[in-house]
Amino acid sequence: MQLILEKRSDRSAFFALASPFLALLFTLIFGAVMFALLGINPLNGLYVYFIEPLTQVWSLEQLVVKATPLVLIGVGLAVCYRANVWNIGAEGQLTMGAIAGSIAPVLFPNWQDPSILIVMLAAGTLGGALFGLIPGLLRTRFNANEILTSLMLVYVAQLFLDWLVRGPWRDPKGYNFPVTKSFEGWQLLPTFGGTIHLGTLFALLACAALALLMEKTLKGFEIKVTGTAPRAGRFAGFSRDRMILFCFLLSGGLAGLAGICEVTSVIGKLQPQISPGYGFAAIIVAFLGRLNPVGVLFAGLLLALSYIGGEAAQVSLGISDKIAKVFQGVLLFFILSCDTLILYRFKFITRRVPALAVAE
Amino acid sequence: MKKFMMTVATAAIALGLGATASLAEKYKACWVYVGPVGDGGYTFQHDVGRKQVEKELGDKVETVFVESVAEADADRSIERLARDGCKLIFTTSFGFMEPTLKVAAKFPDVKFEHATGYKTAPNVATYNAKFHEGRYILGQIAAKLSKTGTAGYIVSFPIPEVVSGINSFMLGAQSVKPDFKVKIVWVNSWFDPGKEADAAKVLLSQGADITVQHTDSTAALQIAQEQGKLGFGQSSDMIKFAPKAQLTAIVDSWGPYYVERVKAAMDGTWKSQQSWEGMKEGLVTMAPYTNMPEDVAKMAAATQADITSGKLNPFTGPITKQDGTVVGEAGKPLPDGDILGMNWYVKGVDDKLPQ
Amino acid sequence: MDQTLAVLVTIATAATPLLLTAIGELVVERSGVLNLGVEGMMVMGAVAGFAVALVTGSTLLGIAAAMLAGIAMSLLFAVLTLTLVANQVASGLALTLLGLGLSGLIGETFVGQPGLKLPTVLGIDGLVPFSLLLTVTVSYVLFKTKVGLIIRAVGNNHHSAHALGYRVIVLRYLCVMFGGACAGLAGAYLSLAYTSQWIENMSAGRGWIALALVVFASWRPLRTLLGAYLFGAVSILGFVVQAMGLGIPSQFLSALPYLVTIAALVIISGNKRLTRANTPACLAQSFVPDR
Repeated sequence: MQLILEKRSDRSAFFALASPFLALLFTLIFGAVMFALLGINPLNGLYVYFIEPLTQVWSLEQLVVKATPLVLIGVGLAVCYRANVWNIGAEGQLTMGAIAGSIAPVLFPNWQDPSILIVMLAAGTLGGALFGLIPGLLRTRFNANEILTSLMLVYVAQLFLDWLVRGPWRDPKGYNFPVTKSFEGWQLLPTFGGTIHLGTLFALLACAALALLMEKTLKGFEIKVTGTAPRAGRFAGFSRDRMILFCFLLSGGLAGLAGICEVTSVIGKLQPQISPGYGFAAIIVAFLGRLNPVGVLFAGLLLALSYIGGEAAQVSLGISDKIAKVFQGVLLFFILSCDTLILYRFKFITRRVPALAVAE
Repeated sequence: MKKFMMTVATAAIALGLGATASLAEKYKACWVYVGPVGDGGYTFQHDVGRKQVEKELGDKVETVFVESVAEADADRSIERLARDGCKLIFTTSFGFMEPTLKVAAKFPDVKFEHATGYKTAPNVATYNAKFHEGRYILGQIAAKLSKTGTAGYIVSFPIPEVVSGINSFMLGAQSVKPDFKVKIVWVNSWFDPGKEADAAKVLLSQGADITVQHTDSTAALQIAQEQGKLGFGQSSDMIKFAPKAQLTAIVDSWGPYYVERVKAAMDGTWKSQQSWEGMKEGLVTMAPYTNMPEDVAKMAAATQADITSGKLNPFTGPITKQDGTVVGEAGKPLPDGDILGMNWYVKGVDDKLPQ
Repeated sequence: MDQTLAVLVTIATAATPLLLTAIGELVVERSGVLNLGVEGMMVMGAVAGFAVALVTGSTLLGIAAAMLAGIAMSLLFAVLTLTLVANQVASGLALTLLGLGLSGLIGETFVGQPGLKLPTVLGIDGLVPFSLLLTVTVSYVLFKTKVGLIIRAVGNNHHSAHALGYRVIVLRYLCVMFGGACAGLAGAYLSLAYTSQWIENMSAGRGWIALALVVFASWRPLRTLLGAYLFGAVSILGFVVQAMGLGIPSQFLSALPYLVTIAALVIISGNKRLTRANTPACLAQSFVPDR
């Protein structure tokens, strides 16, 4: 007797729905055991982690604010990865987007009408897209692997930002601390009353637009074909190079937009650190969302919940930030492994005669 | 099944009890840290201060902290603490300034203390320590002991605190040996032991024979020990790591300040202020003077006594800047603002600041 | 002369953890698996190595523990991606998250304690020559032996390799474990040789650099050696230039290793002859044997 994994003939519709819940169940069990080992009431622990953030208006708002950049970036990456284009450097494109978008308010601090906001958002998107284009071009022109170049450019972008805010762009009235002048009025994104800002709308629109693109247009078909069957794509006349550039422009632009949205909402100025690693976390979001724009929306919310829950647990249960990280890692493991059941099933078999296997 | 229901019920009651227990009379003081408490340096020392509050005020207080809070993402962490019943919240990094003010405006009944910033509000005080005072002493010791007349200075980021530290060190060194030299390496990180070790090795190979650091890890000091050279510790007493190399260390002692402020908040005497204390008030202390001849140790102790008593201020005018201009009136200390926002080097520093 | 030697030794110590990790990951990727969790395995190796060396007083035991910790982490990844065919990219990232958290938790009591240090000769510890030897050995095994041929075959076309009767999954398990051991060893290098202390997140992104170096080297061990030393050299020379006080922005010097690596990659990749047939065709693709 042996336990093996067997490919299903079709995706299992049941497990496609059930797998996230199964994963959640496993995570809850793991979490309960972990909390018990730490001497914390398991139910209380799980409540603080997963439910409490959903019970208060302010933390729901925070959840959305936190999920916004994750979704904006994640949805672009999902399309990239579908096409087999590996942009790992969204964090850098986010940084460059924030820088490009901040040119206007830093150079013209007194520019105060709606046009500056439009200029900032456009420049941010463009900055991210163009910075994303670099690894794209290096790939199509010189065949340089985009995983490496896009990742290395993250560090370059962050150091460039660091130099800018410590040097030429430093706020002259800021006691020489590394920040630009605070943005004001029309240089900030409007909010929907509370802390939720216009960026959330952009994220929703991006998800909807890309979902349409993937499902209803030729471009979407092209992306899927190039990703799954590159040879077939070539026969169909799709250009691999053009696809690479398209993906980098798209995902870079969305990352740049996320960057300028963060800078014009939550932070309100440029400073050496403008993202707690959204660009990297968005990679997880893209995969958790199964590279599907709508899935990314939920994945972004889930990841945001795990951050916020982790913080809540630090405060109300006194458990350390590291436990929150461990828990996040395990949660991801469970989700990823339960997805296996969508395409595969477990089966017990008795050993067959090896000759038969060869004959196959 | 029945048993399960019982467990759920007990848990629910425990939950409820938990909620009421936190409403009890304990005063809740909270901390927001920029790094992990395990950084062995800056955040670690703040946490030592927090523990001192717990120890001295016993069960009258409850302390809570959130660690590794990203500067880009601090509003929420601070607001959570405020909502969670914290009455006094210490935010320990410059980058938390705007978030602290933003949350403070929403919670007028909660008191906030922001480290190293310059903006206050009725319920927001700022605090900082005059670490540069200690660096003046380091400079004097280095100038006395260095055979090559050159120190290797490893630094993190060019913020005023770091720059004023370099200047104070140089002024101290020049008071002993006017042509003393310092080589500066920026590692662009607060703690990356590998990089700090690399920087130390490079500096020692380039003619420096004493290491000074404004980064958190003990790596540089350990390299100095291995190579039979000398060095200074940072943030905490690092003698355990380099018993033969550490001359002294600047120790951040936030404890007394934290205890005082929590007490003040508890008895209602807390007021918004801008606190900038140093050796006199016990915020900046020096680890024992070791691995040096007695006369040097005596000189160091004397300087320390003078700074503590207020007789000596490292930044007493006139001071010649790197570009040759002179600041400060003769015999008078520079205004606080000039030091808190320092972005120029004194004469003799061989490095350029980003402008 | 002395100065030059000192700088060379510093470059070697800076390059060694990168090289060790990269060589391990190279074997993993050659077998067709992309493990992005190297940073997590490395930092676990660092804490395990430090802790065991401190408690037992033996750096050798520390190194062994670090390798075991790396292997244990890699097994987690292997079960997930090889047995349960979960997505490799996402699983690797999750592994990093887990490693950073778990190491911080384990290491809490060891912060602020001086540890043990590997003995050195002329500033060079035993792991520096070992890493060179390892590189040459891996290069030999991959390209000159049957085992290497099988590994590459599995990475290039797992279906054919399976059809030929090779046990794809078992082999990949072994390769992933080798990668884990190397990353763990590199972690021990950080906490026992590079410096002798433990602080959280002390790998400081070196795992990611190592991953990039594998790609940079177009999956050739000797080019990985070149890449690791190039990266180390440019970083250290950045410090040397700073110490000279020329006033070049330090951010630019810090960015230089990355820019140089990109430039070198562009030059290498532009040359088709150098890159052709080196990328494992099945990299990051899951494999389930047909029955």
